[in-house]
Amino acid sequence: MLFLADFNVLKPEPGLLIWTTIIFLLFWFLMSRFAFKPIGAALKQRENDIQSALNEAKMAREEMSNLQAENEKLLAQAREERSAILKEAKDAKDEIIAEAKERANAEYKRKVESALQDIENQKMAALVSLKNEVGSMAVEIAEKILRRELANKVEQESYAKSLTDNIKMN
Amino acid sequence: MTAIRKYWIALIFSGFAAFSYAQDHHGHHDHATEHHDHAAGQPADAHAPDSTAQHDQAGHADHGSACGHSISAEQPFNAGDNAVHHISDANVIHIFGETYLNLPAILKTEKGWHVFSTSALHPHHHGNGEQAHEGFVLVHGSIMRIQGGVMADQDYHIEDYTHQEVEAGGKKKVVYNAVINGQCYPLEAKTTYDGGILGGGVTSFMDFSITRNVFTMLLTVIVLFLLFRAVAVAATKRRGEAPKGLQNFIEPFYTFIRDEVAKPNIGHHYEKYMPYLLSAFFFILGLNLIGQVPFFPGSANVTGNISITFVLAVITFLISTFSANKHFWEHTLWMPGVPAVLKIFILTPIEILGLFLKPFTLLLRLFANITAGHIVILSFVSLIFILGKSGESTSGSIMGVTASIPLTLFMMTLELLVAFLQAFIFTMLSATYIGTAIEEPHHH
Repeated sequence: MLFLADFNVLKPEPGLLIWTTIIFLLFWFLMSRFAFKPIGAALKQRENDIQSALNEAKMAREEMSNLQAENEKLLAQAREERSAILKEAKDAKDEIIAEAKERANAEYKRKVESALQDIENQKMAALVSLKNEVGSMAVEIAEKILRRELANKVEQESYAKSLTDNIKMN
Repeated sequence: MTAIRKYWIALIFSGFAAFSYAQDHHGHHDHATEHHDHAAGQPADAHAPDSTAQHDQAGHADHGSACGHSISAEQPFNAGDNAVHHISDANVIHIFGETYLNLPAILKTEKGWHVFSTSALHPHHHGNGEQAHEGFVLVHGSIMRIQGGVMADQDYHIEDYTHQEVEAGGKKKVVYNAVINGQCYPLEAKTTYDGGILGGGVTSFMDFSITRNVFTMLLTVIVLFLLFRAVAVAATKRRGEAPKGLQNFIEPFYTFIRDEVAKPNIGHHYEKYMPYLLSAFFFILGLNLIGQVPFFPGSANVTGNISITFVLAVITFLISTFSANKHFWEHTLWMPGVPAVLKIFILTPIEILGLFLKPFTLLLRLFANITAGHIVILSFVSLIFILGKSGESTSGSIMGVTASIPLTLFMMTLELLVAFLQAFIFTMLSATYIGTAIEEPHHH
């Protein structure tokens, strides 16, 4: 009996109701104005700062990887260019060599031809001079034969033979 | 080895505690005897049922017979009464021994306002006042008024208080009496709005005093405000910098309420309701925690008092009701897609009832949890007194202390969790109610 009668935490009281209302409303007003608002604003700003810093870092990373990719591309391009240049150089070299060879061949041919021409010419000249020589020799031999006494016929023949042998020896 | 030594220290300590309690009790006993002697020295003794004084004051009391038992008389220890006494609000704060913090009394009667310090009521043992001032007395720490507004002309010395059961309208009721000059004057309690169900009701005066609960609320609010103001100043000053010190302690609570309570339950309009949710959370948490402190200025059972939880629940109710949109009212009062008969007879009445039941459960949950926690802790502490037979048996007290310390420790740890949990649940449910009220219709 005494227990329930004194159990006044379960009885709403005007004084406590009024005081709680006043104190809580005041607390609510003061806290939201002077505490929660600045704290909330500061937290929000910090969160934004962190977010933007993270975004920036991400962007920087992306940029970096972009740069790297570009570098690699450039490098590959350079490499390609180099090999192209090398190939071109090689081709040029081969061409030059081939041309040189060709030209050399042609020169060689020309030289051989002109040599042959010369030889021919010389041969012709030699033949001409030989013919002249042979003519003069025949004349000389004939003169000599004529000058010698044509005693016997054998001697004559051997002589003639020796003359012709002399010619052959020339 | 060290473990055993620890136990020895605990045992020795508990022995001392029990012994000192027993000593204290003997002192108390002596005092009580002295008090009795003092009372016996007066011309009329209220305790003697056949004394002439009892017949003389028959006109004042409803009953013509004795005006009951003295409340200062030695009674066996009653753990229930003890717990109720400690969880109740009071007009004075017991600090230790016979030292009380006297709070201002602000009372409203048919004669107007009465404002004075409770020191005028001379609070004494068990929060009983030794003096009547302007017709008011102090019983168990609570201000009561002498019925009929009599004895208000000057201060009177109160010899004793008695209580008796009287029958009023077929109901048994406990009436307290103040004994002044050998005369019994029935007392009445302050106005409460329980409609007489719990033995209270509207009486001739209202108590708007700064009570123990009001004092604790003010203290908590001031401490919380200073704490948060410091954090706010630090946060503003160190804008864009890493948090430091107190900021690291307080800001996680803020972000917790924002990210776990407000955002998921309310949606993108959450920012408007943040100040209320945060205020409610920290108000309840602060009061729960200060109520856990077993000595001055703590121990007041503020959030375990229905008046406080009532106000908070009403504010949540008002906020959610006034921010409710058309969609909410439509779904509450006239649920689309349901036959009209069902709506009129079942759905709408239930929904309307639900509107009021939601804040009701809110206020009851917080009240019941905190009060229950206080009662359980007080009951475990009471073990010392029960086993020690109110101080007569030192060995019993030692047993009581040894049993009580671990149990109370366990309970206090649990209550620490409950303090956070209940503050969180109240805030969470408030956010849910607000969220339901402002929810936008979903287009399928």
